[in-house]
Amino acid sequence: MTAVYEPWDETRGAEIIAEHSKQEGATLVILHALQEAFGYVPAAAIPMVAQALNLSRAEVHGVFTFYHDFRHRPAGRHVLKLCRAEACQAAGGDALAARAEAKLGVSLGHTTADDRVTLEPIYCLGLCATAPSAMLDGRLVGRLDEKRIDALVAEAQR
Amino acid sequence: MSIRLYVSRDAGALAVGADEVALALEQAAAKRGIAVEIVRTGSRGLYWLEPLVEVATPQGRIAFGPVTETDVPSLLDALASNTPHLLRLGATDEIPWLKRQTRLTFARCGVIDPRSLDDYRAHGGYKGLERALSLGSEAILNEVTASGLRGRGGAGFPTGIKWKTVAQAKADRKFIVCNADEGDSGTFADRMIMEGDPFLVIEGMTTAGLTVGATKGYIYIRSEYPHAVEAMNAAIQAAKRDGYLGANIGGSTHSFDLEVRVGAGAYVCGEETSLLESLEGRRGLVRAKPPLPAHRGLFGKPTVINNVLSFAAIPFILAEGAKAYADFGMGRSRGTMPIQLAGNIRRGGLFETAFGVTLGELVDDIGGGTFTGRPVRAVQVGGPLGAYFPRALFDTPFDYEAFAARDGLIGHGGIVVFDDRVDMRKQARFAMEFCAIESCGKCTPCRIGSTRGVETIEKIINGERVSENLALVEDLCNTMKFGSLCALGGFTPYPVLSALKHFREDFVPAPTTLQAAE
Repeated sequence: MTAVYEPWDETRGAEIIAEHSKQEGATLVILHALQEAFGYVPAAAIPMVAQALNLSRAEVHGVFTFYHDFRHRPAGRHVLKLCRAEACQAAGGDALAARAEAKLGVSLGHTTADDRVTLEPIYCLGLCATAPSAMLDGRLVGRLDEKRIDALVAEAQR
Repeated sequence: MSIRLYVSRDAGALAVGADEVALALEQAAAKRGIAVEIVRTGSRGLYWLEPLVEVATPQGRIAFGPVTETDVPSLLDALASNTPHLLRLGATDEIPWLKRQTRLTFARCGVIDPRSLDDYRAHGGYKGLERALSLGSEAILNEVTASGLRGRGGAGFPTGIKWKTVAQAKADRKFIVCNADEGDSGTFADRMIMEGDPFLVIEGMTTAGLTVGATKGYIYIRSEYPHAVEAMNAAIQAAKRDGYLGANIGGSTHSFDLEVRVGAGAYVCGEETSLLESLEGRRGLVRAKPPLPAHRGLFGKPTVINNVLSFAAIPFILAEGAKAYADFGMGRSRGTMPIQLAGNIRRGGLFETAFGVTLGELVDDIGGGTFTGRPVRAVQVGGPLGAYFPRALFDTPFDYEAFAARDGLIGHGGIVVFDDRVDMRKQARFAMEFCAIESCGKCTPCRIGSTRGVETIEKIINGERVSENLALVEDLCNTMKFGSLCALGGFTPYPVLSALKHFREDFVPAPTTLQAAE
């Protein structure tokens, strides 16, 4: 299931920011909410967040860039995350990651040229007893093998 | 007659098809005109048997697994006609792997419907809080201290002392923070308990709140755990509805509220001071200690910050008494530890047991060795910052001090098994690489050291001046160990140095190769 995002809209962005800005320590909450709505955190939103929270732009930019989750631009239509941590490495994850990279023609951390698939590493989905594991658009898949990773890649490319 | 079935909704079970099995059961039952009620539970933690389907019988629950969609029609036929089935495992409680455990914290996980507060109460839930309310702050502190409970996040600091410090602190506001940023690979106990028994975490945190005089708590859950976030939020709503959160808890004068906050993919936020910074809406930069969070924590106020499993151990301690908990364990490690068996392992999952079981028992006997069937060569205990242990150290008992004595740590209780194809140079490089990716950047040994570490191990892998570079890595590890501000930089040397020490043959080329190169 592909997530559907709204195009960036300043009024809508301001609404989202206002909705959460009264919470204590709201910066991450707001950045999450913006990304959930727009699929990424638009650069234009940073000064708006700063203003709402009485912070400098640099502070908000600093928070935005510190965390791996926040996107500078929209991801591909599908996001395939492969767990690359030790438990999945122990269960043959290295070879499967290489296989997915080869099939998609991009390395981890990149989006295919047709914008269909973003392939990302993730450091632990907590499915370490059913390793190796992956997440395709929020759906979890464990006990990956060559057949399953091929099926996931094919599904993401559709 | 209606058949009651139990299928897990735990993320680990969903990842191997539990939803599909539940749906197939519903459809096949409807087709056959059999009335079924499917209860979605947490996981029992026997992951090699997931999706596990249990059926209620007058003699207790009978388990079947691992069940796939294609097994469903035959399974239903067998249930309806009371005939044997190939996947029948017998009574769930009698499965040896489960029977051998001492489930104090995980007693309800996989048994109850995690969305049902009634189910939680019917299985002993909120008994601990009831007793806590009648005891009062000082007596609760005595119980927690006497139980010997130590922080289950990894540091092993006595929980009673931490709570007492916050209880004695004077402030207009105090906070309870639950560290649910379970980022260590090989660990999933926090996730399981939040998904399978969320009220337990709420009960533990509420108890902490009334003990130290805090009225607000936060659960900081990593974003990689969307199912846990959902389960905790649902449980918080239910607890609020029934008066277990909010004003006048359980008819008392105490108030306590809880809020879930979601992390954003930074491993370092599992470090408590970094987590507090993140909760305050900042970059997750580690703070120097002192001041301790117990004195100046969230928003500068006295704060109890504990791991999920620490809070989850509290209700048992209060309901059954400190002694009932402290009677388990060895040395200064009292009670039980939910151990997680992971990686290349035949029988992986959640094994809660008293401290003292040996690493070898856990890996070979309980875990059944590797699922690839190859010999076990290395196990990493305690996550990405934990040491790699060879078979020679399999007699090490699971105990904070015993692991420390062998230059390791039990951390959050995760054990990742590797077979004989593991290249320890790669694992050592990965430890440094991971530290470089996740370093918050505040202190130099961690920020720069990790990158230099990757480069130097790379040189060793390429055969460049191996012995010189090995000495350099050891020196660098020493600097990181003693010069870093927190456990990320400070403990990354554990996997690296243990790989060098116990698996030297992977780093130093065999003499024959040297001659051939000349």
